[in-house]
Amino acid sequence: MHANVPVQFDHNGKLRHFLTIQGLSEETLTGILDIAHSFIDFGKREIKKIPLMRGKTVVNLFFEPSTRTRTTFEIAAKRLSADVVNMNATRMSTTKGETILDTVKTIEAMHTDMFVVRDRASGAAQLIASHLPDYVRVINAGDGRHEHPTQAMLDVFTIRQHRQDFSKLRIAIVGDILHSRVARSQIHALNILGTREIRVIGPRTLIPTDIETMGVGYVNNMRDGLENIDVVIMLRIQRERMDGQLIPSEQEYFARYGLTEETLGFAKPDAMVMHPGPINRGLEISSSVADGNRSVILDQVTNGIAVRMSIMAHLMGGQEKSRWT
Amino acid sequence: MDNAAANAVDNLAQQVASSLIEDPLLIGIHTGGVWVADILHRKIGFSEELGILDISFYRDDFSRVGLNPQVKASSLPAGIEDRNIILIDDVLYTGRTIRAALNEIFSYGRPASVKLGVLIKRTGRELPIQSDFTGMEMDLGDHQQAKLYRDNGKLGFSIDETGCT
Repeated sequence: MHANVPVQFDHNGKLRHFLTIQGLSEETLTGILDIAHSFIDFGKREIKKIPLMRGKTVVNLFFEPSTRTRTTFEIAAKRLSADVVNMNATRMSTTKGETILDTVKTIEAMHTDMFVVRDRASGAAQLIASHLPDYVRVINAGDGRHEHPTQAMLDVFTIRQHRQDFSKLRIAIVGDILHSRVARSQIHALNILGTREIRVIGPRTLIPTDIETMGVGYVNNMRDGLENIDVVIMLRIQRERMDGQLIPSEQEYFARYGLTEETLGFAKPDAMVMHPGPINRGLEISSSVADGNRSVILDQVTNGIAVRMSIMAHLMGGQEKSRWT
Repeated sequence: MDNAAANAVDNLAQQVASSLIEDPLLIGIHTGGVWVADILHRKIGFSEELGILDISFYRDDFSRVGLNPQVKASSLPAGIEDRNIILIDDVLYTGRTIRAALNEIFSYGRPASVKLGVLIKRTGRELPIQSDFTGMEMDLGDHQQAKLYRDNGKLGFSIDETGCT
């Protein structure tokens, strides 16, 4: 269901939905990042709105709780002059797909132009996209363990702000790769942009068994894993994973895989520290590193607005050629 | 520079220079307008840096045409609050570019005044917008397009048949 997602493109090959990073071209990613770059400046203006989506309606449909993702999507849409409706829906697990599609079709009947969807089921955004009329756009704001493509875009945008050339970068992703849709999207994006080396670091129980097929290497400890690393991406550890057999204890996890001043010392002296948030201080990252001068965690949040504006603008813009002087 | 273009630039520069606008701020519209404004900027000797507008995000045909992949960030280094602006574009045609440029300028703040200077003022207005300073005028049909080019720093223009209206 996830592979290559033809539904993401229209018959002219233009990006219609933003569901997955997988299968996108370097040109598409770079185009989104370039436009996002010109949106950065707008946040500093007296009037932050531009009229690209005036008269359009965006529905944020979140079946899972979210603060920063939903908020930055809302701000992004509003800066493009769209009208935004936030729906924090809860759905019953027993009825699954039927409920979600019924909900979406009901809202679509109110003439919605774009859905931003988060759901705990992998493939939810794609399912919705394939059941809507051609003119409705869908953005995946996180679907189960599958992907969180806009997060990956803002992460690579943030890296590009500080480091120009991905072909020179060694990047480590640390933590629970197995359950992380963020990591999956990041790995696709970093590979498409030609990153020199991607390593994942974490307990073997939290690493997909076929991880090497994604073009990354696995290292089971921080000392070897962070050697010569330019960018360290920490992932959030879900506390509910602590109860099972995946992680022995919080203390042991932090001792082995937490990012502290000491473990950061294994990486290059100018290594950047990233985290998609929300952070667990003292579980995967220490406060001094999270708040330190090598951390770009708050830049990531700020950049999320510009990057999501760019993605929305890319999906909404038409293709018809017109004469204009 | 081809002769007609050179004469038009001289003509425009002379009008702008003799306009007696107090402490003006020169702003060019990307791309052709910046070329023209750049020449005026040097000829007339403005001390302040040239302002640049890319109006892509303010166009009224975005939902039909989409975004230009090469949008440049606008740069108005001096700030525009209470300034007397001279806005420069290459060709004044439908007036929609100028409408978009005015909207963008006002998203930065409130200027004291805005005057418009264009190298070529052609026929075909769709909005009530006219230039204050004009390099040359042209009577062109709907199927014709006046296009400015720059070759080794020299400006010229061509009249192309677009084949559609």
